[in-house]
Amino acid sequence: MKVTSFHFMPYRDLPDDFDKRYDSAWVDAPWWELGDATKVGDYYNWSLDELMHAAKMGFDGLGTNEHHQNVYGFMCNPNLFGAALAKMTRDQGMDDVALVQLGATVSSTSPPIRIAEEYAVLDCISGGRLVAGLPLGLGCDADISYGVTPIEQRERWREAIDLMVKAWTADEFFAWNGKYFQLPKVNLWPRPVQDPHPPMLIPGAASSSTWDYCHDRDLPYAYLSYFGGKSAENVMDRFWDRASAKDKDSNPYRASMLQLVGVAETDEQAHELYAPHIEHFYHKALHLPLHYLAPPGYSDYKSLVNLFSSGMLKYMDYTVDLKPLKAKDMADEGFVVLGSPATVREQLEHMVRRLNVGHLMVVLQFGSMPHQQAMDNIEMFGREVLPHLQTIWQDDGWENPWWPKRLNKAPVR
Amino acid sequence: MDAPTVETIQIRHCNFEAKVKVGGAGSPVVYLHTAGGPRWDAFLDALSEHHTVYAPDHPGTGDTARDSIYDIRSLWDLVLIYDEILDALGLDSVPVVGSSFGGMIACEVAAHRPERVSRMVLLDPIGLWREDTPVTPYMLLPQDKLVATLFSNFEAKPVQDFLTLPTDPQELALAMADSVWALGATGKFVWPIPDKGLAGRMHRITAPTLIIWGEDDALISSVYADDFASGIADSRIEIIKGAGHVPQWEQLDTVRPLVLDFLAR
Repeated sequence: MKVTSFHFMPYRDLPDDFDKRYDSAWVDAPWWELGDATKVGDYYNWSLDELMHAAKMGFDGLGTNEHHQNVYGFMCNPNLFGAALAKMTRDQGMDDVALVQLGATVSSTSPPIRIAEEYAVLDCISGGRLVAGLPLGLGCDADISYGVTPIEQRERWREAIDLMVKAWTADEFFAWNGKYFQLPKVNLWPRPVQDPHPPMLIPGAASSSTWDYCHDRDLPYAYLSYFGGKSAENVMDRFWDRASAKDKDSNPYRASMLQLVGVAETDEQAHELYAPHIEHFYHKALHLPLHYLAPPGYSDYKSLVNLFSSGMLKYMDYTVDLKPLKAKDMADEGFVVLGSPATVREQLEHMVRRLNVGHLMVVLQFGSMPHQQAMDNIEMFGREVLPHLQTIWQDDGWENPWWPKRLNKAPVR
Repeated sequence: MDAPTVETIQIRHCNFEAKVKVGGAGSPVVYLHTAGGPRWDAFLDALSEHHTVYAPDHPGTGDTARDSIYDIRSLWDLVLIYDEILDALGLDSVPVVGSSFGGMIACEVAAHRPERVSRMVLLDPIGLWREDTPVTPYMLLPQDKLVATLFSNFEAKPVQDFLTLPTDPQELALAMADSVWALGATGKFVWPIPDKGLAGRMHRITAPTLIIWGEDDALISSVYADDFASGIADSRIEIIKGAGHVPQWEQLDTVRPLVLDFLAR
């Protein structure tokens, strides 16, 4: 299995009454009341240090993403951070780690070949270690923060990906006369090192339209859930049902799962150490009203009917009122995997086998977790858990065509 | 009042299959609905006692194909669609009544083809923007706050009718999906700021225009009435007390005679 250390880069210090004071952690949390640029400088530097520590510990990938106008995570352009990581890992002899950009939002970048260029830059600097994530983008990011028309967002995303792939691969000048983008003469500089282009990865939040998109194009899917393996069973079962309906095999590398993890010497210590940061994450960073996730038009009509008639929300667990839940409740529900290395190994192995996922993205710094604690978590996970996870699926004979070719070596460094 | 019939019109522009609710008898009046989607309401019942009312569904809403909205690429296309709908209905010059989003579209049609709109009634239209009194971003509101923004007189029967949801779960799901989708399909032409240049086109409007505004409108303040009035040469304003964004529901007894008298001239 490929294990990526994924980082949101959250605002780590928020007032206790944050979720009562503001309607949402997104868009509505005012910088002028909460933000401190000096602290943010520390957060960005710590986050890069934490990712570099993960590289040193032998993780297969380093993950960053794009969000805007919120306290949850604000790497406004993940490629700024990807560039720093590409250079530092190369210089420090850790050029066997993938850069999983999960990623830059093509639907809200105009023109989207800007992302094609930036991804190519990362692939060049890193010597072919890029995984090109292509998220649709949340409504609050793309529509509210960046002004994209909700009903056009999915079509823009599809067109932007087509344009990006053509710009990476065409051996001729071309004009792009699309519905949303028009360019008179395309001749992309630079192009990626990976041939024909870096592997692509489609993250999502349980939309069946996104699954179909993946299966139709043979692209892998990353389920970005914060509600753990138990709640993901419904979603991933339906993902695999869709795969077999479209005659796709059950290669686990078609799927990724995201998971918050806290490791300590003992289960008790883990619960005690991580509890405040779990509550910070679920009560404050995820303080996100549903109508911000998907403004009118963002979800297509069929999805809306599904949502309102079959209680699709329950599969995503956004119906759960998180505010009354204590850290222990959320650990019991499996939202967070917490415990000694043995406990964490066992729970994660059970989860990835049950969900049939070949890529795991672990979040080891979340909420208010201080820098040193995050470094310790990465260290212990890297030493005691990671080597075990990397051997999963090793003997099942599946190819992984969705990972940079030069990094597809045998696991366990 | 008899239920309206639905007329299907295949038009060439954007290959759009239009659906027009038609009800009542008398001289023709066109009604353009709000961002909330089409409804044959008490106000249209009142109009149709004296007129034949033609109420087209915005693309993607009402009886039209939900996905038809994807083929309407711009506001210009939408205006041309209405122009072709009026062609097909044989309405060379006709009074147009528009509420909120429908008011904005009425203005756009009247600015594009001034001779086509003989008289115009605007009910709390959107389409202009003032820095000192911005329009409430209604597409960003949760349902309860949207309802609180729309009305000031919740007692009025048409408002109560609107707030009464179907009890059958499947009907309720469809009603909720339709309502969100109507906001999205109309939102295509107003997102993210409902100012698409109408201020620069309004001078072309020649139709005598009655501008009606709910005094307590919390979605778009009644101060905007002056901006519409100064842009449209032959216009007058009526401010309705005890009404918010939908005066034709909240104070139907006041609005009904104002509109009928104006249309009768």
